[in-house]
Amino acid sequence: MNLIEYFELVVTDYTLRTITLGTAVLGAICGMLGSFAVLRKQSLLGDAISHAALPGIAIAFLITGAKDSNTLLLGALVSGLLGTFWIRGIIKKTHLKTDTALGLILSLFFGFGMLLLTFIQKQPNANQAGLDKYLFGQAATLLESDVLLMVIVTGVALIVLLLFWKEFKIMLFDADYTKTLGFNTRFIDTLITFFIVLAIVLGLQTVGVVLMSAMLLAPAAAARQWTNKLSTMIFIAAIFGAFSGVFGTAISASQNNLSTGPVIVLVAAVFVLISFVFSPGRGLLFRQLRFLQNRRDLKLQKTLQFMYDIVKTHDNISHPHAIRILNNFHGFTKKSLQQLEEKQWITLSGQEWSMTQKGFSKAENLYNQPLPND
Amino acid sequence: MTSPQIEIQLIAVVVAIACAIPGVFLVLRKMALISDAISHSILPGIVLGFFITHDLNSPLLILMAAVTGVITVVLVEAIQRTGLVKEDTAIGLVFPALFSIGVILIAKNANDVHLDVDAVLLGELAFAPFDRLIMGGVDVGPKSLWIMGGILISIIALLLLFYKELKVSTFDIGLSSALGISPLVMHYGLMSVSSVTVVGAFDAVGAILVVAMMIAPAATAYLLTSDLKKMLVLSVVFGVFSALAGYWMANLLDASISGSMSTMLGIVFLIVYLFAPQKGLIAVLYRQKQQRTEVSLLTFLLHLNNHTEIEERHINHLQEHINWQKVRSKTVLNLALKNNMIEIENKVVSLTEKGKDFTDLALEYIITNKDEKIEPMKDDFFLFRG
Repeated sequence: MNLIEYFELVVTDYTLRTITLGTAVLGAICGMLGSFAVLRKQSLLGDAISHAALPGIAIAFLITGAKDSNTLLLGALVSGLLGTFWIRGIIKKTHLKTDTALGLILSLFFGFGMLLLTFIQKQPNANQAGLDKYLFGQAATLLESDVLLMVIVTGVALIVLLLFWKEFKIMLFDADYTKTLGFNTRFIDTLITFFIVLAIVLGLQTVGVVLMSAMLLAPAAAARQWTNKLSTMIFIAAIFGAFSGVFGTAISASQNNLSTGPVIVLVAAVFVLISFVFSPGRGLLFRQLRFLQNRRDLKLQKTLQFMYDIVKTHDNISHPHAIRILNNFHGFTKKSLQQLEEKQWITLSGQEWSMTQKGFSKAENLYNQPLPND
Repeated sequence: MTSPQIEIQLIAVVVAIACAIPGVFLVLRKMALISDAISHSILPGIVLGFFITHDLNSPLLILMAAVTGVITVVLVEAIQRTGLVKEDTAIGLVFPALFSIGVILIAKNANDVHLDVDAVLLGELAFAPFDRLIMGGVDVGPKSLWIMGGILISIIALLLLFYKELKVSTFDIGLSSALGISPLVMHYGLMSVSSVTVVGAFDAVGAILVVAMMIAPAATAYLLTSDLKKMLVLSVVFGVFSALAGYWMANLLDASISGSMSTMLGIVFLIVYLFAPQKGLIAVLYRQKQQRTEVSLLTFLLHLNNHTEIEERHINHLQEHINWQKVRSKTVLNLALKNNMIEIENKVVSLTEKGKDFTDLALEYIITNKDEKIEPMKDDFFLFRG
């Protein structure tokens, strides 16, 4: 199956449509909530939470014995939240730093989860197969009810986001100020963390424990490059996330032996790469171009300044001078002279140049920065 | 105990020690998560090495993976230097991408060989004794024991050789560069050692649990001591204990050895986290409660000092005037009485000489807020202790 066939099939095939819709919605919600994680410098919290969710899945299975994905996700949610609050506790109450706390909870919870999973696998109960899909995710196991759940959670998250927009925004950029204004920062903080955990848990089935953090981060990190406005960033991140989901599913469906999770992550990584290089405001390419442009401008201005020093000694500023006398000064080329003429700062005639009035006043004021009030 | 059992425990102990030592420095340098990143992103290196050699225990594999580990660190730092995203985001972007590449490489090419993702994530210590190293026709023991043993010996040698340099560059980068110890060399040296350790340990404990083996013993030890040497020793002890206890727990439950080793590490950390004498949760909470009471006491004494009016000092009105709950005012009142700072006559509270002195000192401290001021006070009064 190639990509074109895939997109034809999406319209007709039930399974494919469900999966595509699921990954798209998942990408969107992750992009949306991931923006907050990235801006709050909690990028790796997602990684820790997704790993911490694993024992919850195993325990939920051990207790209920059912593989109903909602029950398992509830377990994941509880253990994810537990991990989050323990991380908070470690950072707040001991002198261990954030990175240590995250790494600790991540690896310890995950290890415990693996212990439980292997323990379950050895049980006589035959129902346990398929729990390990939560490690790397299997988009193929998405059911319509799972997608419906995702859509509902996305809707709720969106409503809460709009309701608390002002609080979230101010909390994001100035937590202390928020406190002085009398907002309940702990409540806002818990609310946003809760939704981040929720998004992560929803993604476990599709992308898996190990790669979930990238799903949260990558769209947001990509979107960050295109705008400085929070609402725009969240919007772009949601779109990037949805597209990574769709393209990732498409690519993995059109090849054999490709699990969806890693492909989605790689597609998202490509979005990040493109954004890093090509975004007009912050991108590396345009930054480099701007840098070169500034350097060229500076060179031109240096040449002009040198000319100005010569012209200054004459009564008539338009008095022609031989280009030759610029030879002591190595900052000019034929091209830069032409550029100077294009800007109408000098006129060239044969082997001579003369400065225009415009060029003279420009050079005179070269180092006088205009004040903002002028 | 059968001989494979002894060998497994031996490997576990060696891995635990080899991980604990670099882990201490990673935790102290606030780079714990780099180990997480490395452990994930060495996957493509391992896979590529495996394609070349078709041997999971080949030294080339370790080399390739270690190079990938260092590449990860370089990539993270390069992304960070562009200033487009923060450091944590840079880490979070790099390792899932590399890990995904590794997973896809395995899925596309290595389906028929015994290199599957679960093995990489989890490792299987139980199989380690079956892969023997044959030297000149003589069976000299499991391969992974020799590999990890070699890594451990080099780690210990490097630690002894560069202990001073590591110490200085960990705690004071400025001083270390002034002394001519390049922080960059130390940084990348530590990163390379960590990468090699992670790779060596990966087939014993798996990619993610190696993070637990590195961070958890160090973090646990850090809660108990602030002395680097003690911290190194303690983390080795915790690592070894968890490795052995974990092995027997796995035996009992018939579950993953690495999983139960990290569960043991978790239990040890939890116990220390709760009960550590100075930095444990209970100690911290108790201290905070005491400090709160002491601050309340101070506020109370200052209130008494400020007011000469009877009604402000009447015992029944204190609650309204300082705005405390009943229980709290009672505690503070009793505390002050016990220390002879106040006296109560006809239900009117007034300061004693000692209380006045104390309040004056405290006032002076609050106004100047210099640390030297409080040094002698610590001895005189119970306040400000700790």
